[in-house]
Amino acid sequence: MSNQLPIHEGLFTWPSTKPQLLGSRCVNCAETAFPAQPDCRNCGSRETNIVELGDRGTLWTWTIQTFMPKAPYHSDETAETFKPYGVGYVEMPGGVRVESRLLPSKPDELKIGMPMQLEIIPFRTNHTGDQIMTFRFSPVAEA
Amino acid sequence: MDVAIIGIGLHRFGRSPDMSGMQQGASAVRAALADAGLSWSDMQFAYGGSQDAGNADTLVNELGLTGLQFTNIWNGCATGGSSLHAAYSAIKSGEYDVGVVVGFDKHPRGAFNPKPADWGIDEWYGETGMMLTTQFFALKTQRYMHEHGITEESLIRVSEKAFKNGSLTPTAWRQQALSYDEIANSAMISDPLRKFMFCSPAEGGAALIICNADKAHLYSSKPLFLKTAVVRTRHYGSFEVFAPSQAMKVADAPTVTASKAAFELAGIGPEDIDVMQLQDTDSGTEIIHMAENGFCEHGEQEKLLREGATDINGSMPINTDGGCLANGEPVGASGLRQVYEICVQLRGEGGARQVPNNPKVGYTHVYGAPGLSGVNIISK
Repeated sequence: MSNQLPIHEGLFTWPSTKPQLLGSRCVNCAETAFPAQPDCRNCGSRETNIVELGDRGTLWTWTIQTFMPKAPYHSDETAETFKPYGVGYVEMPGGVRVESRLLPSKPDELKIGMPMQLEIIPFRTNHTGDQIMTFRFSPVAEA
Repeated sequence: MDVAIIGIGLHRFGRSPDMSGMQQGASAVRAALADAGLSWSDMQFAYGGSQDAGNADTLVNELGLTGLQFTNIWNGCATGGSSLHAAYSAIKSGEYDVGVVVGFDKHPRGAFNPKPADWGIDEWYGETGMMLTTQFFALKTQRYMHEHGITEESLIRVSEKAFKNGSLTPTAWRQQALSYDEIANSAMISDPLRKFMFCSPAEGGAALIICNADKAHLYSSKPLFLKTAVVRTRHYGSFEVFAPSQAMKVADAPTVTASKAAFELAGIGPEDIDVMQLQDTDSGTEIIHMAENGFCEHGEQEKLLREGATDINGSMPINTDGGCLANGEPVGASGLRQVYEICVQLRGEGGARQVPNNPKVGYTHVYGAPGLSGVNIISK
């Protein structure tokens, strides 16, 4: 049976039924970073704590990647199967704007200020058949 | 001690399939030496750099093993600006009287594909398709348009002007003017930026001979003066390329701090500049850089572009040789190409693209990963 492995440890809580993005907050100045880092870019302090950044945010800017990137891009796609994807920065309640792939891939589906929901999705399969999981944001479904 | 520019040389940007990047750098140095009426053996020092075409100091194999001090500089898109800054400091310090600054490159076709580890980022960021300069410029432009009421019309006008200027520039790579509609209907690459709104990685070389200004007239009847050469990096809170996250706090971009420092050191202001080169990796970025360099207010660009203010005959001519859009971007050479073009304009040698009314002061600006800017001010 295949496992679902995070693409990188420490980016999000996993496995989890309600995954959260993870970052770090400076003990000295309270500024937040993503991904988590041991030192603070704002004040230079070396004391930071891992914090949950939340699973919902607001779209701050966006674009659509229409061509397949060269390496280091590493998905299961080929030039023939590549599908454009959205990319944006999502403003998180944890106090930082996080760059992320977005589910919508058409301009009319994206708008600055729209609420976005975190999802953890299979991105590619590794040589032993495990699913490599990454994070993505999609528009919050209308109630 | 003041610093003069007494020779300028360019190896035409674009594609030179039969030449290595290094040979294009040597070609530019030879052209600059000929322009100054000097020989390679007269050079006391050299600073140079390239991203993909090898170590600049290997140029001595082409130009001659004269034993000079040759220092390699690598600073992303600001490589040329940083080389010029180093040379400026070498002259200012009084250590040397005359030397050369050179940049060259030869990139493969298609978008740049940097390695995350070179920029202190883990592999997942590149693997999942977020480490692209094209994407960053689109994201920054999208937000800027939203905040400052800039429309697609302005993006198109910047490209229209660039290719028109390219068509007037014998050394430009892209010499065909494009119509407003051709640009407006070109393929969307990274929303809101279309195919004809992006520059391409390319090849080429550029070189400058600089000297102690007190001795400039020994070498040249038409010296120009490098008033300031400034390089600045980002502050916490500015929105930069290759950033998995951004702070909520907002700080001035490195372009703003470099520009302010340059004006302060030169003792002049944006209103004193007659002709300028602003980094135009894409048309959105040229628009942003107009304001970040202090030449207009944020949001004012829409009106200025509609009025043709940035055209060769306008009140603030920008990228008179077509900029990166029409010349492509060989990273190591690009910043020096900007200085070359400003020197051409200040000498009055621009031919069909010459800015009228005898321009006296010029300005160059580059921006590069991971958030640095270089600004030079050059005067008659």
